[in-house]
Formats: sequence, C-alpha cells, structure tokens
Amino acid sequence: MSMKTSDEDFQHRLTKELENTFMRGAVSSAQERFQTRRLKQAEELGHWEEWRSHGEEIRKHVLANLDYYLYQLSENVSKRGGHVYFAQTAKEATDYIQRIAKKKNATKIVKSKSMVTEEINLNAALQQLGCEVIETDLGEYILQVDDHEPPSHIVVPALHKNKEQIRDVFKEKQGYEKTEKPEELALYVREKLRNEYLTADIGITGCNFAIAESGSITLVTNEGNADLVTALPKTQITVMGMERIVPTFEEMEVLVGLLTRSAVGQKLTSYITTLTGIRDEGDTDGPEEFHLVIVDNGRSDILGSEFQPILQCIRCAACVNVCPVYRHIGGHTYGSIYSGPVGIILSPLLGGYDDFKELPYASTLCGACTDACPVKIPLHQLILRHRQVIVENEGKAPISEKLLMKAFGLGASSPTLYKMATKMASPAMYPFTKDHKISNGPGPLKAWTEARDFPAPNKDRFRDWFKHHEKGGEE
Amino acid sequence: MFQGDVGKAVVKVLERLGCDLDFPENQICCGQPAYNSGYVKESKNAMKKMITAFEHAEYVVSPSGSCAFMFKEYAEVFKGDPVWEPKAQALADKTYEFTEFIVDVLKIEDVGARLEGKATYHTSCHMTRLLGVTEAPFKLLNHVEGLQYVELPGKERCCGFGGTFSVKMGDISGEMVNEKVQNVDETGADILIGADAGCLINIGGRLNRLGKPIRVMHIAEVLNCR
Repeated sequence: MSMKTSDEDFQHRLTKELENTFMRGAVSSAQERFQTRRLKQAEELGHWEEWRSHGEEIRKHVLANLDYYLYQLSENVSKRGGHVYFAQTAKEATDYIQRIAKKKNATKIVKSKSMVTEEINLNAALQQLGCEVIETDLGEYILQVDDHEPPSHIVVPALHKNKEQIRDVFKEKQGYEKTEKPEELALYVREKLRNEYLTADIGITGCNFAIAESGSITLVTNEGNADLVTALPKTQITVMGMERIVPTFEEMEVLVGLLTRSAVGQKLTSYITTLTGIRDEGDTDGPEEFHLVIVDNGRSDILGSEFQPILQCIRCAACVNVCPVYRHIGGHTYGSIYSGPVGIILSPLLGGYDDFKELPYASTLCGACTDACPVKIPLHQLILRHRQVIVENEGKAPISEKLLMKAFGLGASSPTLYKMATKMASPAMYPFTKDHKISNGPGPLKAWTEARDFPAPNKDRFRDWFKHHEKGGEE
Repeated sequence: MFQGDVGKAVVKVLERLGCDLDFPENQICCGQPAYNSGYVKESKNAMKKMITAFEHAEYVVSPSGSCAFMFKEYAEVFKGDPVWEPKAQALADKTYEFTEFIVDVLKIEDVGARLEGKATYHTSCHMTRLLGVTEAPFKLLNHVEGLQYVELPGKERCCGFGGTFSVKMGDISGEMVNEKVQNVDETGADILIGADAGCLINIGGRLNRLGKPIRVMHIAEVLNCR
C-alpha cells in the first residue's frame, strides 16, 4: 500500500461510502466515544490550553532546529551501536530495508503499527523479496487478513468494521470457528501472533517520538505488540518520519500525555516503551542489530513553506475524530492512507495535487479540527491555503468555477452592478420558484436542491425598505 | 437578499436600544464565497469596496458571525499592504456580530422581547470557533419572556453549509444537514433559532423539504418580538 489507496475517482469512492450505512454508524458512534473521553481527560488534567500551547511550542522548536536534533539523534543512536540511514525518498528507504532483509536472509518479518511504512509502501517491497510480512497491531492484522484493505483511520485502522464483520473475515480467510466476542477474537489473534514473534527474523516498528539526547525511540501502544516486535527478533528496524523528534525525555513526556489523551481519551496507553540501542551484555532480550531509517519523502519541501505547521502533527487523529465531514464519508473516501483534516493537508503535499485535488474541498472550514488539535496546528487555514494554491498555481480549478469567481470579482468591483444583480435575482429565479421556495434549482443550485429547498430571493429588497424607513416611511 | 426580514429586525431592535443606524448604499458581499474557494485576488475587490463603504462608521454590526469574522480577516488578507492594511485593521477593530454588539458594547442583556414557544439554538461554527462569540446569544435568549430553551444534541457540530461546500460537495452537505435536522427534531422544539443566515437557510431548507413544522428564526427576529 502506498499513500494512494484507490484508483477509483473521488465521486465513485464517495457514493460508495455514503451508501455504506454500517460504516457510517460505526464512525459516528466512535467519534462520539472518542470525543467524550478526550474532553473528559482534558478537563481532568486541567489547564488544557496551556498544555496545548506547551505542545505547540515544543513542536515548533524542534522544527526550527530540525537539523541540529537530527544530527544529535543520529550521533547518539550510533554511540549505542545502532545504524542510522537518511532516506530522501520512499524508494531509498525501501531499498535500504530490502538490503538488510537480503543480508539477513529474512523469510519472516513482524511489524508493529506504522503509518510511515504504509506511506513508503514497505510491505510490498518486502513481499517482492519473498518475505512474509505480518502486521501485529490487531487493527492492522484484521485489514491485512482481509485482502490488505487500506486503513480508514490513522490510529484505529479498522474503525469501519464491527465485531461481526471481523469474525466473518477470520472465518472466511482462516477458518475461525468461535464467536464475535472481542475477548475471543483477541485471544485467537494473540495465539496466532505469538508464534510469529518467536520465529521472525526481523522486527519493524514505526516511531512515535525519537529522543535526540539519548538516541532512544518511544513507542505508544495498547496491545504490547511493539514490545514483542522489538524484544524477540535479532534485527530491529525502526522507520520514522524525519520530524518525529523531541529534544529530551521531558518533552517526550509532555507530548505522549497530549497524544494518548487526544487520540483515544486515555491518560496513558497500556504500553509506553522507550528503547535505546542494541542488546547490551547481560540483557536477556532486545535486538543484536538496530537500524533507524529516517524518512524525508517530501517533508523537507514542507519545511520552510506555509504548510510547515502540519509537520507539528503527532498523529493523534483528534482532528479526524471531530471532523463532521469524515463522520459521514469515512476514511476510504479520501483515497489516501492519511484521512480526515490531517489527510486533506498531508496527502497533496506528500503525494501531489493530481491524485488528491478534491480533498481540500471536502471540508466546511468549520474549524472543529483546529480546536481539537493538541499542538495547535491551524488545520482549517491550511486546508484553505490548499484551495488558494490550486487556484493560483496549479490551475486545477474547474473552468465554470473560474468564470463564476471572475464574475464575482467584477460584480463586487461595482456597487451598481451588485445592486442590479440583487434586483434581478428575484425575476431570474421566478421560473424555478413555487410557494416562495426553489425545490429544483438550476446550475450550482441543483446540488443544493437535491436534499433541501432554497428560499426564493425577496422581491422587496432590504436596501429599498431601509431607504424608505430612513425617511420615516411606514411599513 | 434572501433574509430581508432579518435586516429589518436588526434595524428595529438596534433603534429601540438607542442606536443611530446607517446602511451604506455601496456595500456589497463581504467576499467570503470567493475567498474561501481560494480566489484571493477576486475577493480583494469586494473587500476594498466594503472597507471604503464603512470607513466613516463608528461601529459596524453584522447579523452574521461568519461575515463579521470575514471582516476581521481582512487585516490578515491585506497584511503588508501599506495602504489597505491599516484601513482593514480599522474596520476589523470596529466590527461586531449583532448579539456580541448588544451584550458587550451596549451592555444590554434584556431587550424586552417576548415570544411564546419551545426553542432550540444552533451555534454556528464561524461565530463560535473563529469569532469566539459563545455566550452573548444565550444571555439575550435567557431574557426573552415566554421562551423555553432546549439544548440541541451535537450542537457544536457543523450543519453542512460551509458556503460553496454546500453546492460543491452537495451530497455530503445534504447528509450533514439531514443529521442536523434529525437532532433538531429530537428536541421537540417548535422554533429553531440561529445567528447566521447561511446555516439557517441550510437547516431551514431541509426542514422544509421534510415538511417539518418547525419555525426557523434568526435571533434578531426573536429579539424583535414583543
């Protein structure tokens, strides 16, 4: 899987997902659950706005000094016996990881959840070598078993499926015979995975935060799968987006607290693991060899641009969980592994406007995302900025819209023209008007009147009334 | 143009509260439809006309949180422009949303309105999140005699209007407003009040289509009831 998850066009994906009533029920109830828990945790912690500002400050500081911290991080990883590789492109990253897999004659690889490995299409690259790649995050595992279905959420990848559907996936693909009880499903997967950890040649993880001062990586999970992925195989590869750094443990603690509360409304997740270097003498577990692959893949182009604030993102999905558009269309409509507001911003930046040009319009600019973001990314403003780029530089706006906006610019430049338009609106709409409303409008009004009526423009204009009123006229 | 009665109600309420009103003839649209579609250059024409039209006013009051916020944004849009930035800033500084103006500037919470009914209120996104006006409408509605208030479930969620979004992404917008109308219906209210024409036209249009006998009122119309 790469950034792009579908070859269908936006409208096809949208129509399909809008009809998926099950997905929509699952998404809206999950949104409410996450939101209630997030707000409760924020209140319990207290001073939430100050914590957000602190988080923002940390992320901005790191981005402003990214070269310094990347250097410090790589020095410290090397000191603890690890190898660091900077990959400028997705291909450089997958080539490097393929080389390690070949060198180790790897046949089985276990992975914990990582969005950046999906971004660079790592699983396909490893499967090409004949390796068996096994996702160990429960959600990711379900999707992998279900013919590699793409994730619909960056934190809860199988959010769109319910327990009955999950039972059916295991039944159909693996002959699972038990019920849809979550405990039974989890136990089943747990037993299946246990043997995979023990026999894997390489463990691959993502990275929630890398700590520059110690060369450590921090992994946040609820299942403990990342701990087994890093403790048992002899070789560990960690793949990280180049911006996912904190200076010290102190800042890591602040951001982890913001992450777990914002993502799923937990004070802490069940496992928060910080790993440093390779297995020391006397250690009973841990890898003998450790590689840290730092992925750029378009991030340094964002750095220094107007879109830089999106690099503050800690991938908590709070913006996804409050988005009123995501609520109805689900993750798959976006056609990208990154969905919701963060996906609208990241996908065109990392994957180009060609494949993702509709996404910036899949937002009402209501600002709920910006309010929820724990590191204060002005998400709705960045979405608007994408629209400006599309109009100004990319030339991808539809011609009909360009003409309409040209007319708007013209009409708006002349109060006389504008006043004339307000006078003409009522007679112009007359043929479509019935009982003071328009139920089947022409042109752009058609999309509106599919679902609702539109009021007919008033025959008596407010501006005429006011003139009359000013002169002391009666009603 | 579509909400002439709202304009009349605004005039009557503010005059009753002692304000001397003017409606500059040269005013047009605030430019938001073009601006939010990414057409900055085209929207700047409208913005300049509006800045000039309101140059001599002491206060500018808008019965729409969204339009009022757009006025505030002008300063950002003209940032670095030696001629227009200071003018835009001056306009931003004296612009108020209608309820905000009554509560924060006139310092009045009871306008002496009276309306019998069970009402629910839709908090518009731009007004609450972007402009930050959250309390004023409730302070005013609290004092409306005879009005019973019921909270709207999911009240902070967008109604699906979003300006050009409502036609550009018409089917998503339709689903969003449908959910909003279900929520309004659940409250059992017979009046839906809001402070932004865009949202009200959207929600009202869906209520109309479904034949729901719920009256849609702008808060200015409510405050104008005696």
